[in-house]
Amino acid sequence: MTLPGTYVLRRLLIALPSLLGISIVLFTVLALAPGDPFGDIVSNPNIPADVAANLRLKFGMDDPVAVRYLRWLTAMLQGDWGFSFASRIDVDTLIMQRLWTTLLVIGSSQVLALLIALPVGIYAATRPYSLFDQVANTLTFIGFSLPTFFTGLLLILVFSIQLDWLPFVYRSDISATGWRFFWEHFRQTIMPVSVLALFQAASWTRYVRSAALDVIRLDYVTTARSKGLKERVVIMKHVVRNALIPVVTLVALQLPAIFGGAIVTEQIFRVPGIGSLLISAILANDTPVIMAVTFVFSCLVISFNLLADILYGWLDPRISLR
Amino acid sequence: MTERELRGLIEAVRKGSITRRQFVGTMLGVGIAAPIAGQLLMHAGIAQAQPASTYKGTKRGGGGALKVLWWQGATLLNPHFATGTKDQDGSRIFYEPLAGWDTEGNLIPVLAAETPTPANGGVSRDGKSITWKLKRDVQWHDGKPFTSADVVFNWEYAADPATSAVTIGSYKDVVATAVDAYTVRVDYKKASPFWADPFVGTRGMLIPKHLFEAYKGAKSRDAPNNLKPVGTGPYKFDSFTPGDMVRGTLNANYHMPNRPFFDTIEMKGGGDAVSAARAVLQTGEFDYAWNLQVEDEILAKLEQGGKGRVVIIPGGDIEFIQFNFTDPWNEVDGERASIKSKHPLFTDPAVREAMNLLIDRDSVQKFIYGRTGIATANFVNNPPKYRSPNNKFEFNVDKANQVLETAGWKKGSDGIREKGGKKLKVVYQTSVNQPRQKAQAIVKQAAQKAGIDIELKTVTASVFFSSDFANPDVYTKLFCDMQMYTTTMTQPDPEIFMNQYVSWEISSKANKWQGRNVTRWTSDEYDKAYRDAEGELDPVKRTALFIKMNDLVIQNRVIVPLVSRPRVRASNLKLKVPESGWDSDFWALQDWYRDA
Repeated sequence: MTLPGTYVLRRLLIALPSLLGISIVLFTVLALAPGDPFGDIVSNPNIPADVAANLRLKFGMDDPVAVRYLRWLTAMLQGDWGFSFASRIDVDTLIMQRLWTTLLVIGSSQVLALLIALPVGIYAATRPYSLFDQVANTLTFIGFSLPTFFTGLLLILVFSIQLDWLPFVYRSDISATGWRFFWEHFRQTIMPVSVLALFQAASWTRYVRSAALDVIRLDYVTTARSKGLKERVVIMKHVVRNALIPVVTLVALQLPAIFGGAIVTEQIFRVPGIGSLLISAILANDTPVIMAVTFVFSCLVISFNLLADILYGWLDPRISLR
Repeated sequence: MTERELRGLIEAVRKGSITRRQFVGTMLGVGIAAPIAGQLLMHAGIAQAQPASTYKGTKRGGGGALKVLWWQGATLLNPHFATGTKDQDGSRIFYEPLAGWDTEGNLIPVLAAETPTPANGGVSRDGKSITWKLKRDVQWHDGKPFTSADVVFNWEYAADPATSAVTIGSYKDVVATAVDAYTVRVDYKKASPFWADPFVGTRGMLIPKHLFEAYKGAKSRDAPNNLKPVGTGPYKFDSFTPGDMVRGTLNANYHMPNRPFFDTIEMKGGGDAVSAARAVLQTGEFDYAWNLQVEDEILAKLEQGGKGRVVIIPGGDIEFIQFNFTDPWNEVDGERASIKSKHPLFTDPAVREAMNLLIDRDSVQKFIYGRTGIATANFVNNPPKYRSPNNKFEFNVDKANQVLETAGWKKGSDGIREKGGKKLKVVYQTSVNQPRQKAQAIVKQAAQKAGIDIELKTVTASVFFSSDFANPDVYTKLFCDMQMYTTTMTQPDPEIFMNQYVSWEISSKANKWQGRNVTRWTSDEYDKAYRDAEGELDPVKRTALFIKMNDLVIQNRVIVPLVSRPRVRASNLKLKVPESGWDSDFWALQDWYRDA
């Protein structure tokens, strides 16, 4: 397949108005939402009323929504993301401070989820309705029925409080060095990563299994077997490769979530990721931070959508992109 | 308590027939905050026994890491921009004021060499100027000396409206002058009985002139040191992630000997209060946790984990019920609850008296708040010297029925009392918060027995406490008959706290509902007492005035106090923390140590 340049270009051009639309909707909703980043200042009797008024003026918050939006847009186009009203720090600094932790925790949970989902799903598909398949099925159902806040608390109760093996407060900067540094990091990531991974793995396992089952019944697989190929080769080369096509798209669409973080899990384990930045910004009505995080997230969703589409055509030449 | 009784007590302290501590205790019992009690004695010329420090460390450092958990992490580290306690606490690790408040309300020098008093010439006779003597050989973390120029600079910095400092209220009406390199005089516009506000406590932390001078005024946001504090405190800045972590390491040049004990400090933020309590009380992962707004029952259960204890620190915050004195249901000149209107039911004192009898404060304490909310009859509860001895509370349904019956409120066929066609039906609002909803239910049940029908209303906290004045459910509007919330007392002096009932603070459309008098009750007697207290230099008379104001509000049943809310913290069993209800949690961070 040749990469259709015009197709990509067209998709990118379509993406631009959608991003613009998203940013307008986000900005308006935030402007209309109740709450005020300087609420604390206004309600504090020790602080004169003109302090908040001064700050609003300084940060240009009293201008009409349209003016504020255009100002934000022009700044954003020049790469200036603005600064947080709460901490007065540039938003990109705030995001960069937390990006590493988010990538580490969410990224490794996705990798772990794949490492569980792929072998379990494929093995279950090769032996449908066997004991292994039944057990795996039951576990996946339990896995994605339990919300992460429940499994998170459960793990804390068992491993931190009853057994006292693992810490339940995540610290991004650990003062130890050498092997201890890695060991401490490993210990504290076990629980949040497994909570997220198990949840994700559960649904992916179901997906891999059904995708593999669809392929395994096809004639070419029977042909491959009757050629006398080893079962391992049949599964790995003929089944998995074709079964993975829809799985790859699914995983690609899931990737932006790595940036967005996991709000609930981050809150429970106090992981200083993008998710907890977003939630505290929302609570503090810190518009520039909310705007930046949600906007970057929508950019990622749109571009990964495009990526998935292109990937799809590349993996399966029968699909043509026009 | 009258002025004469107060003078008697002070005399007794002077003669030594009662101790200072007993005096402060008695004063607390009558609603006078400890700091004010301390000032009473100070003014009377009774030397403040420098409270012996409880610090037992014998050398600097060696204590390992101190790990504290704030479930709302600090978001900025410039004390002049710190709005919430989380930011003030984060800044207090590195920055210090001239003096801080201990839990009994004594002013304890930190960067000052001594507390100004009339006796040492620090407090002028006319109450208009205060002279601070600074400690010598104090160094900023970068090695530069700390002098009076720094103190004066902080005044210039905060008082400049372009800086937009939240501390401006403490500095804009004073003038600070450097007398010499280690003496600063602060001049007040008028006689100021409570002068210990600029350069003191959470609003008095000092930033270095040499690093912030270029960033005074409109450029204040650009100062690189907003994020990298350089102070005089016991710990030097290490790293900072807003909302997540503040880290500091021992300051080897700290100005107090053998301090600090710990080598590093970590202030972790985020999460929720219950798990913060868990991390200290049950698993011991952290040494100290801040502001545990958790039901006492849960705290007690976690305490059985055996790693830590719950620390209850008395303060001035109070959970109370306000009655509306204006009509919230009909508009007058296009304004609901206009000051020109009268509330149809609550203008009858009998109705307010009955409500007062129907609020079962003991049960509210016993079944809801436990150690974290102490039933009270007073609006001003702390420091103790301001607590009025004149009020008691009672829960008595029969008496309430009787009061209403005598006033002519007769029960209708539906069991609800009415008079002149007006039914005793009221709407009672508060924020969404489990203990508050439980308290609402307790009040509603009792009121029903007396023929008052209460409709309960709850408003999301983010709306109820917001400053979004387009929303009718904001608490300062009080667009319903009665409401309940906690009002906070941020200073040991009740002056600002008591402006909640003066006529010029009435919350109305004209001031965008930013006025502090939410009930819209007015009284010439109260206004006069308040005006008098503002300029009264004799602390005894001033205290008596505050007690009078408290009694006016209580005895007129303008409000019904429910429980006084102390600060609730959790601390490791071995950690020794000098706590204070009148200052930052870290007000004496240099004295924190761990028992072997």
